[in-house]
Amino acid sequence: MEEQSTKRTKQKQGRFWTWVTASVLFRLILIYFPQNLNLSSRPEVSTPLTSLRRLAEGYWLKQSSMSPYAGSMYHGSPLLLSLLGPLTVKRIDEQPSHLLCSLVFVAADILNSLLIRATGQTLQIAYRQSLRSLDLDMISEMEILSPGDIAALIYLWNPFTIAACVGLSTSPIENLAIMLALYGACKRLVPLAAFGWVMATHLSLYPIILIIPIILLLGNGPDTPRKLFLLRRHGKVEENSSSDSCQQEKVIDQSKLLDVFSWRPVMLFLVWTVMWSVYVLLLCGVSVKQYGGLWEMFTSMYGFILTVQDLSPNIGVLWYFFAEVFDFFRNFFLIVFHMNILFMIFPLAIRLHHRPCFLAFVYITISSMLKSYPSVGDSALYFGLLGWFVYELSEMKFSFFLFCVYIGVSLLSPVMHNLWIWRGTGNANFYFATAMAYACLQIVLVVESVSAMLNHDRKLRKLSSAKLQDGKS
Amino acid sequence: MALLFLLLRPVLLLSLFHFGPISQSQAASGSPAGEDFSEELLLRPLPDRKLLAHFHFQSRAPHTSSDGRHHHLFPKAISQLVQKFHVKEMELSFTQGRWNYDQWGGFDPISSSNAKPPGVELWAVFDVPHEQVDDSWKNLTHALSGLFCASINFLESSTTYSAPDWGYRPDSGSLRYGSLPREAVCTENLTPWLKLLPCRDKAGLSTLMHRPSIYKGYYHSQRLRLTSSEFEPEGVGSGIVLEQTLTVVVQPSSQRTVRSYSHETKLQPSWSLTSIFGRKVSSRCVLAKSSIVYLQLDGSLVAELDSLQKENKISSADNYVSEGVRSNACFEVSVKPDRVLKELKGVEKKSPSVLYEFSIDKYNESGPFDLGLTWKVPVAWSCQKAPLHVSRFLMGSGNERGAIAISLRSTELTDELLHTKTSEGTCKLEVKIFQVVPWYIKVYFHTLQVFVNEEPQAVSDVVEKMRVSPSVDKLSPGVMEMLLKFPCGMKSAAITLEFDKGFLHIDEYPPDANQGFDIPSAIISFPNFHTSMQFLKDDSSDKSAILSKFEENSAVLAYTEVLLVPLTTPDFSMPYNVITITCTVCALYFGSLLNVLRRRVGEEERLENKEKQPGWLRQLLFRLYAKITGRPLEAVGSTSTSSSSSSSKLGFIILVAGIAVFWQVYYG
Repeated sequence: MEEQSTKRTKQKQGRFWTWVTASVLFRLILIYFPQNLNLSSRPEVSTPLTSLRRLAEGYWLKQSSMSPYAGSMYHGSPLLLSLLGPLTVKRIDEQPSHLLCSLVFVAADILNSLLIRATGQTLQIAYRQSLRSLDLDMISEMEILSPGDIAALIYLWNPFTIAACVGLSTSPIENLAIMLALYGACKRLVPLAAFGWVMATHLSLYPIILIIPIILLLGNGPDTPRKLFLLRRHGKVEENSSSDSCQQEKVIDQSKLLDVFSWRPVMLFLVWTVMWSVYVLLLCGVSVKQYGGLWEMFTSMYGFILTVQDLSPNIGVLWYFFAEVFDFFRNFFLIVFHMNILFMIFPLAIRLHHRPCFLAFVYITISSMLKSYPSVGDSALYFGLLGWFVYELSEMKFSFFLFCVYIGVSLLSPVMHNLWIWRGTGNANFYFATAMAYACLQIVLVVESVSAMLNHDRKLRKLSSAKLQDGKS
Repeated sequence: MALLFLLLRPVLLLSLFHFGPISQSQAASGSPAGEDFSEELLLRPLPDRKLLAHFHFQSRAPHTSSDGRHHHLFPKAISQLVQKFHVKEMELSFTQGRWNYDQWGGFDPISSSNAKPPGVELWAVFDVPHEQVDDSWKNLTHALSGLFCASINFLESSTTYSAPDWGYRPDSGSLRYGSLPREAVCTENLTPWLKLLPCRDKAGLSTLMHRPSIYKGYYHSQRLRLTSSEFEPEGVGSGIVLEQTLTVVVQPSSQRTVRSYSHETKLQPSWSLTSIFGRKVSSRCVLAKSSIVYLQLDGSLVAELDSLQKENKISSADNYVSEGVRSNACFEVSVKPDRVLKELKGVEKKSPSVLYEFSIDKYNESGPFDLGLTWKVPVAWSCQKAPLHVSRFLMGSGNERGAIAISLRSTELTDELLHTKTSEGTCKLEVKIFQVVPWYIKVYFHTLQVFVNEEPQAVSDVVEKMRVSPSVDKLSPGVMEMLLKFPCGMKSAAITLEFDKGFLHIDEYPPDANQGFDIPSAIISFPNFHTSMQFLKDDSSDKSAILSKFEENSAVLAYTEVLLVPLTTPDFSMPYNVITITCTVCALYFGSLLNVLRRRVGEEERLENKEKQPGWLRQLLFRLYAKITGRPLEAVGSTSTSSSSSSSKLGFIILVAGIAVFWQVYYG
């Protein structure tokens, strides 16, 4: 029996690695035919923040001893500039110039998927453990793949991820930073988590809200349905009042252990965060010292993100909104849209504090929906993370509808863009309508997944209380 | 009526005589301190059966320190401009049409200094500290805008003007350059320009400016150039010099039926001032120091005529160069020239050009001046072209991105240059490019590609010097200054730059947004080549203004075409829809997520429970009341809810009333 199961797991492993290799090969094939695809100039793939072409321009400006932020071309990090900049110029002879960069992005993607897989496995183990401690072995062993594997494969084979990777946008690297933070927090590698969070915040600002799930992860561990434990403890206490005292003590110990929010790793995380931020700022300061200094960097990176200066079309809704809105309302709506992200942080954290990874997923989805320059690279990440919760979210409503509309939107949006920009026969409103549909889709996804997760918890509670009742009677 | 005129005529004449000596004496005094004014007209037949008419008016005022602030001839508006904004040098041009560098010449003083880009071009050098230059520029644009009835004030915005370093003129730092390619030029701009002349268009050469015939032409460019040494120590410069030129290219309608010749070339159209402008010059402007009309024959035209004469074996007795001859085998001039000037041989020139000078002092209303040229033999010649033929165009389709390409083709001049200079070994052809690109054309400077003879070249091999200031969104345009060095044997070269098209806010689109946006002309200059024509040997001070202008050593310069870039437009009609729909989606997100988060199991039960318990506000009030009265909380809670609620209501009313009374007492 045991042999069989190890064999099966080995088979699963083998299948997983074949799919990973296949995805790498697929990417390499696509990279080899860049001109046919022309993905790098698609608005869905390269936003002003993630476009590699702009990075090359920034690098060129820097090489000709000008500030990379002179002009409003480059808005990325100076560290990314010194990392990827030389690769945009260097070329292996007879090969297209973007080859090296593409290889970097492929590597980042693979690393991302491995991190997603490792985190997913940790999550699964923690989930099983907590279920077992509640005597709820509802998840059978007949799973085809573990959630980690599913998430990794979803990430690797998602067309959005492939487009973002082959389309030369820097979003795989931003995703890598986010994944490092989540992985580090899950595995309780405090310095790694701090590094990941600082880098992610530095690169794209929005992951700053991930500090809440990371702290919860470090403090509570990946999966702690604490309410259930409390319920169980009360039940057990009541139940065990008559039985021997030794067992009672054990239970109380367990519940105490679970109850305690461990402050030590959180404090360590904060210390490491400060250290890493100082380090990153120092590095940035060194690389922009002879130009405009750090202030110029902040205004052209974060100021550009927050004030939505570039109105070129993307898959979000803000560009068209700010192209049309009256100038005197502009500041008001800027505040409104950014507040929309911030307003939901605390309600979500209160309701989902026992599932920090799911909380991180929800945050990432919300920010990639409401961020000023969204791209498909952001959606690629949250789709991957969705894979972690396939079993919890199996009863999610509208999932087929969501799938179909996603396909529909991702097919219609390029068509509408082509009609508007290239043929001149369409109208901006058609393209904006697809962007609207995409935003609505993401809203439905967030709302339904949160609701499904809460229902799942409810079900667990019901099951555990029913078991208690059964035990009592 | 006629009688009245007859009676009046002596009076007019008398006044004319009376006035004459004054101006004469002023001119004769010859001292640089006096103000003077001169009017000149240059006419030149062009190879493509057109005629170039170039009016040149020059006024000069001495230093205000020596002569006070009052002017006799010099326009006060201009001198105030100079005083107020500390303008050292300024040039403003209004142009309609495009100068044809191939047919009308690209290597002579007129084309290099009077061929201007379409629309308005303005540059100015200020004599103020660096940080005040921008302010002076903005004030100047507004002043000029009022002065010339044009929208020059659009150049005030920092997105439209630039500060070239070395690409346009050597004066760096305090130079500002801006152009408005879309500006329509018409009579309302010409009238204020004419107002600056002392005789306006009532007398003198400016009477020829019959509006319909000027604006009917293929090209007209009205220019105003100001040079002042006002802020330098006295005696260094010559005060303020105002140069007003109007350059017109018109097509003379042939008066006679053209006889068919066996030659392929047709007879050039004959013209006269009346046939072109519909007017004659009846008198000179009495205030002018000199009023002269020149007829210029191009160097190559002269060479062609020479060879024709040799062919036809015509005796050299009626040579057109000899003085006082108004007719020869090839053409006939209706008025006998006062002087014939021959260009002193330049170094690279093949044949000298010839100037016929006509002074119009001696003409009056009874015998007005009407110059005419009648061709007898068909002649074909070509003007001297610039070293490289320049053109600029857009590449790509769609409204997302594109590329700007500047192509340079060698003309026969470069071949000559090649023959003369190959002996020297390393022969390089220098080209300077100055290009201003509006911010919504987001140029990727790293995509600069250079092709020589249609083969890609390493940028560093060709680009000698480059200065780029990239565009900042809604703040400043992109400026590119480049010095290129090409090998002399080059047949063609091209420079391409890729760009992305920006997307603007709906308020930033002009009323006709779908027409597209204009990219101003690029300026291509050839620092190795200079145009200067010398007609007189002596450096006498009373040389005519045009001739001294011709002698100036200015670099050959060419403007490229204005590019029209179509930009994508949003829907202008429905900002409200966009705002409301987006806000609805936001509300949908916020509301539904919050709803999901606060929904609980067994909600109904808890709601029922809640109804039984008093609300938190009420509880708070109870506690407050208990504290105040000192009674225990249980006692208050146990009292009937109706009485407690009424008492709390009462308390609230009393509180409000108290605040109102306090307010009344304190502020009322």
